Amino acid sequence: MSLMSGLFNYWAVAALLLIGLGIVVWQGNLIKKLVGLSIFQTAVFIFYISVGKVAGGTAPILDDSYSQYSNPLPHVLILTAIVVGIATTALALALVIRIKASYGSVEESDINGQDK
Amino acid sequence: MFSHLAILQVVVPLMGAPACFMLGKARLTWLMSLLISVVTCAISIGLLLQVYQQGPISYALGGWQAPWGIEYRIDIINAYMLLIVSAMGALVLLAAKDTALTDIDEHRRPLFYVAYLLCLAGLLGIAATGDAFNVFVFLEISSLSMYCLIALNKDRRALWAAFRYLIVGTIGATFILIGIGYLYMMTGTLNMQDLAQRLPAIADNNAVISAYAFIMVGVGLKLALFPLHYWLPNAYTHAPNLVTAFLAATATKVAVYLVIRFNFFVFSPSWADFIQLGNHVLLILGSVAVLWASWIAIRQTDIKRLLAYSSVAQIGYMVMGIGMSSLLSLQASLLHLFNHALMKGGLFLVLATIALRLGSVDTSQLRGLAQRMPLTFWAFVIGGLSLIGMPATAGFISKWYLVQAAIEQQSWLLVAVVLAGSALAAIYVWKVVEVFWFTDKNTASNTRHLSQPQVPVTMSIAMWLLIIANVYFGIDTRLPVTLSEMGAQLLSGAS
Repeated sequence: MSLMSGLFNYWAVAALLLIGLGIVVWQGNLIKKLVGLSIFQTAVFIFYISVGKVAGGTAPILDDSYSQYSNPLPHVLILTAIVVGIATTALALALVIRIKASYGSVEESDINGQDK
Repeated sequence: MFSHLAILQVVVPLMGAPACFMLGKARLTWLMSLLISVVTCAISIGLLLQVYQQGPISYALGGWQAPWGIEYRIDIINAYMLLIVSAMGALVLLAAKDTALTDIDEHRRPLFYVAYLLCLAGLLGIAATGDAFNVFVFLEISSLSMYCLIALNKDRRALWAAFRYLIVGTIGATFILIGIGYLYMMTGTLNMQDLAQRLPAIADNNAVISAYAFIMVGVGLKLALFPLHYWLPNAYTHAPNLVTAFLAATATKVAVYLVIRFNFFVFSPSWADFIQLGNHVLLILGSVAVLWASWIAIRQTDIKRLLAYSSVAQIGYMVMGIGMSSLLSLQASLLHLFNHALMKGGLFLVLATIALRLGSVDTSQLRGLAQRMPLTFWAFVIGGLSLIGMPATAGFISKWYLVQAAIEQQSWLLVAVVLAGSALAAIYVWKVVEVFWFTDKNTASNTRHLSQPQVPVTMSIAMWLLIIANVYFGIDTRLPVTLSEMGAQLLSGAS
């Protein structure tokens, strides 16, 4: 029971990781692949945010009425990773636009078929 | 000024990139980026001298002391890596004059230099930082700019290769991010030295083992370690020729550095059984990579793809050295990092020169090249001999150390793998030389009337510097041997 409830976030992270990776591997559509990649990355964001949670701690904003705060460092770290993720997605979408322009398709099988 | 060298090493190319972007004109951008890369190289030499004389440098970013702030820590291995990456970066850029970039659309050429400098900054950042999360950030800076560089090629297949590399690279980087997250969760620190001190106490924890596994798989993807290498031949083949030279000489080397850093510094075989297991796995995968990738290389008809598979095999040698995890084998690995950068950088520059003159690097187009471009032909032969590991070339030195390391462990099978790898390399290098040497009347007359663009002088200079370096460092081995020996001692001291 405690394994389920106490670690709920981590189970969710593991599930999202696998779902994202599965979409990347098994979907032939490039846009769907990128959706999978985003889910995969987002799972890691949730993981980091969960790591920062301190039991009974509040948001890490200094206030006299609280003495226990969650750890803000993982949040800051993941902010960087989110920016990286956005850059990756943007670049990948730009590549897809150019792939569509030169191959006329965003399906993996079509593209592979066109070059020999 | 000199106390800030550690950060300038990364900041100079990082700030240089947007400065180059604003220049706009290709020729001007080339000169500017060349200047920046030469300054970067000079900084790395300064750092190396400083570390050699005074020991490791610790630089606290923004004055925040480690382990709370981000620390740039330059020990002899970092300095050695910085020297390899920045020197290769400067040499390839010397070759990459705007008129040499014929496989990139003219209006995109200024962007090549911008992405190139960003990539250089990212790779140098990985080699300079002492902070695990910083490694991820710089890895992504270098990777994103690398995808752009590959996609710059006019050939549409470059787009597809870049996209596939992006997917694999992002998954690899995310794996590393998960691993670093586990480490932080267990230790509360991101500083590598701090991690190395805190981890032994919790060596048996499953989260620590998972962290190691995630980081190794992530780095393995970046490293193109067999069987995670499938992106590399495509990326190398379809990238613009000079980008391939840059990638082959620097990017995988930095990934090898990360394996070494995590396997012998952050984690260490001395306190964790699972690292020993990991090293065994690396040893097996490295050996298979040497044999299998060399075998595949023999069957290639596109010379770029042939050399790309050869790179997978050469990475195998470095990983074997890590896997054997003795003082001598680590030194062999570090030596091969240096020597492989010289030979592959040199060979891909030769190919870039040929492609510039003839417009193709497919074996069927290159018959009789030895008559038309005799000097370039001999440059390829020298580079190829170094790749095989002939005595009096750089390639011999690192293989000699690797064989010695294998003999030291009485592991005759590994000796056989190294020798077999060299024999296979001799076959695929000979295959190319044979094509270049013998003329076939039909194709020779077909290609002769093709227009022959002038090869920029700087490109020939860069090519010959690297090819001559292959011979020079095969005879006068003091620099790489001394540095790699110090590096290996440092690692085994830490473990």
